Amino acid sequence: MATESIGPKRLVVGAHYGLGDWLAQRLTAVFLVAYTLIVVVYLVVVVRANGALDYEAWAGVFVPLWMKILTLTAILALLYHAWIGMRDVWMDYVRPTGIRIGLLLMTILWLIFCAIYAAQILWSV
Amino acid sequence: MANDTASARTRPQFRNLSLGQLATYRLPPAGLVSILHRVSGVGLFLMLPVLLWMFQLSLLSEDTFDRLRMVTGNVLVKLILVGVFWAILHHLVAGIRYLALDLHVGIAKEPSRKSALAVFAVSLPLALVAALWLFGVI
Repeated sequence: MATESIGPKRLVVGAHYGLGDWLAQRLTAVFLVAYTLIVVVYLVVVVRANGALDYEAWAGVFVPLWMKILTLTAILALLYHAWIGMRDVWMDYVRPTGIRIGLLLMTILWLIFCAIYAAQILWSV
Repeated sequence: MANDTASARTRPQFRNLSLGQLATYRLPPAGLVSILHRVSGVGLFLMLPVLLWMFQLSLLSEDTFDRLRMVTGNVLVKLILVGVFWAILHHLVAGIRYLALDLHVGIAKEPSRKSALAVFAVSLPLALVAALWLFGVI
């Protein structure tokens, strides 16, 4: 709860600034479910056509540009989804401001690292 | 406000759970789904670089693909992957339930209890299938 006030009367708190993140977490979730279904169906089709999922067949899935873009978008959605979730976890369980900010910062760096790593992996195929 | 001070002294207090109470505290099914949604989410967050590394091995070349097969041949790695599969499945199924609850579908006491049990009824058998597949039973 906000105890610091700016000016003699007014408490400065955000108005519904949490709604955007709440909604973003749901929208990224829906997108991730859709992406998962697309990939599972796609893999079943590939396995049926190939007989097995060897290296050629598996890597072939991620060769088309549309698949790279779709997958990277899904990974970015996942990372944003994870950011909101981890932020909520830190806010719920970690009270000391310094430690909390440190953890939030490390979470952001961790996710940025993953985003760059994922892009590098996808474009190496 | 002044009148409240006398009754406040006798008012029962419900504090946060202490760590010692966690072992004996029995959560309702919905509570269990909820905390496991968190645990699985945090677990997957921590596993992200490892999973990306495995993804990289699988895509880079025929050699690294074979190396990944060797890595995942290890029993300990298999056990960790069973955990990852469970986490994905629980997070996915429980997440779909939360999307329904957000749309005010099944928010009454009994339906929400049943859907919480349904989450386990779907996610646990699927995790078992994943485990059997990983260990080469099926």
